[in-house]
Amino acid sequence: MTKRGPQLDRSVLRLALPVAALGLLLAFNAIFTPGFFTLEWRDGRLYGTLVDILNHGSKVGIVAIGMTLVIATGGVDLSVGAVVAIAGAVAATLASRDAGTPLCVLAAAGVGIAAGAWNGLLVTLLKLQPIVATMILMVTGRGIAQLITGGMIITFDSTSLSSIGNGSIAGLPVPVTMLAVALVAAWAATRRTALGLFLESVGDSAAASWLSGVPARTITVVAYTVCGLCAAAAGLIECSYIRAADANNAGLFLELDAILAVVIGGTALTGGRFSLVGSFIGALLIQALTKTLYMQNVSAEIAPAPKALVVLAVCLLYSPTLRERIRGVLRRTPATGTTP
Amino acid sequence: MTGVSARVIPLLATLAVLVGAFAAGALLFDNFASWAVVRNLFIDNAALGVAAIGASLVILSGGIDLSIGSVMAFTGIFVAWLIEKQGVHPLAAMAMATTVGLAFGIGQGVIIQRFAIPAFLVTLAGMFLARGAAFWIYPQSLGIRHEFVASTMNDAMTFRLPVGPRGVAIPLTVDIFLVVAAAAVYFLRCTRAGRCVYAIGDDAEAARLMGIPVARTRIMTYGLCGMCSALAGIVFALYQQSGNPASCTGWELDAIAAVVIGGTRLRGGVGSVQGTVLGVLILGLIQTLITFGDVNSWLTRIAVGGLMLGFVALQRLIESIADRGRAPGRA
Repeated sequence: MTKRGPQLDRSVLRLALPVAALGLLLAFNAIFTPGFFTLEWRDGRLYGTLVDILNHGSKVGIVAIGMTLVIATGGVDLSVGAVVAIAGAVAATLASRDAGTPLCVLAAAGVGIAAGAWNGLLVTLLKLQPIVATMILMVTGRGIAQLITGGMIITFDSTSLSSIGNGSIAGLPVPVTMLAVALVAAWAATRRTALGLFLESVGDSAAASWLSGVPARTITVVAYTVCGLCAAAAGLIECSYIRAADANNAGLFLELDAILAVVIGGTALTGGRFSLVGSFIGALLIQALTKTLYMQNVSAEIAPAPKALVVLAVCLLYSPTLRERIRGVLRRTPATGTTP
Repeated sequence: MTGVSARVIPLLATLAVLVGAFAAGALLFDNFASWAVVRNLFIDNAALGVAAIGASLVILSGGIDLSIGSVMAFTGIFVAWLIEKQGVHPLAAMAMATTVGLAFGIGQGVIIQRFAIPAFLVTLAGMFLARGAAFWIYPQSLGIRHEFVASTMNDAMTFRLPVGPRGVAIPLTVDIFLVVAAAAVYFLRCTRAGRCVYAIGDDAEAARLMGIPVARTRIMTYGLCGMCSALAGIVFALYQQSGNPASCTGWELDAIAAVVIGGTRLRGGVGSVQGTVLGVLILGLIQTLITFGDVNSWLTRIAVGGLMLGFVALQRLIESIADRGRAPGRA
């Protein structure tokens, strides 16, 4: 009991930074953006800026869930953007040939699982650094996607497939529901079973985990596979939203947003501790920031710059060195009178 | 012994791939084995070459820089904007842009070193920052029509090599590439700071214990990489006769691929700029082969990815053989 109190406190404290940043952003919008919090019920569906943020942030959110698991093992997956492109290309090509929607979804999921497993095997069996291992698929992936689409933008008419990106369940857009399901499933799998503990132990030290009987390699491969599956889900959302597969632009820079969401959420890039809820808040923060910048008439091309500054600021606040220094200054302040 | 083979075998493999790719082109296509193809190989890849040399320095020190492409685009549009919109002399504009690149790299290095934030995260933010700044300066492509650039830099400074029936014209951009390459080789092989780059790439902790200035060396490599990215941006702007804030997206990946295919270990400590130059030429040759063969350009990406995998796997193989040879003595 005595141990549980402070631990809970710390995990709540770690979420304080992203939550505070999100709160600041929302407060800014409450003052400067008219109608930001307006919600409207129309044709059995909820509309409004907040719903937009959730809807457009769902791709980053879903990928960030998989990315959190990978980063928890001490790795990183740079190939998610390319996997989005491949999964979208497969689903759209099948749909354009009048395949049923379940087949399209299953094929896209299969592609994601295969891509993730490939990354995981490169990391565990070939012992490549994760950046290098996943960079290979990142470089190759868009080529593979274009191989599938024959270098063209594939369009399709299937209304049932396009309802994934455009439809709604219980008033909320389907992507938001998918994000919620993915978040709850990942949370339950890692916090209600031993899987989360295993992930953290592998991230702390793969060798020590293996010696104490944790199947470190299997855990790592599973993490990358789940990440690939999440990327495939994002690919399905993207291609069904625009009813087309664009091998060049689908999921472009998604890996960056996903990694940033995870980092903002307080998961250390060195592996070990992770927070799925933190990553979710990070994804929301990134999407809300993007939306705010657009609403303040900052062009889509310039928007990355302020985003980068926010990320750098959050990283610096998480940096142990800076914290140590601030703590040192705070401790020294009462004594400054004695030291010249 | 194993140290020598770890250095030499990947370089030989790189050379073999380059020669093999050229031989394949010569056998498959009629006009492939010509001075024109070789010349264009250098001209078309000079910018990537300069960028990849900067990437080599950072990777040899055990780091990574993902901001290269964005810094190139920023420099290109910055130079074009200074010349065309602000009336700055081209040479002054290029000097200013190079300084900005150096300062940007040093800034990234300081954050990485002082606050112990992973390099790929800091340079990822740097990538966003430089890309946004490029669009902020000027939102679209801007042609450079200044007389000095058109006549002096692109015409008068073209060097005519007396080879073949009509001679081979070498433009200024290729000279910059070759000079930067030669300077980097000299720096890494013959200066104390250059040897320090290898030392911290091999084992930063051991280097620190030996009294090598780890912090200064690491910050310097990022500074030099930023400067190389800026120079590469200038070379690209000269090649395109314009600056474009949307250009060079993803070039950091090509630069890193060239470094890896050039036999440099991505964990740092082992590799050479000579290898990187060969790696850049291999990437260029693949592109040329695909143009000659008139096949879909997606094959380029797959070929580059496949080559990367091959070289990384080769290095793993060499390392595991070295480990096996060392194990009994160390146990």
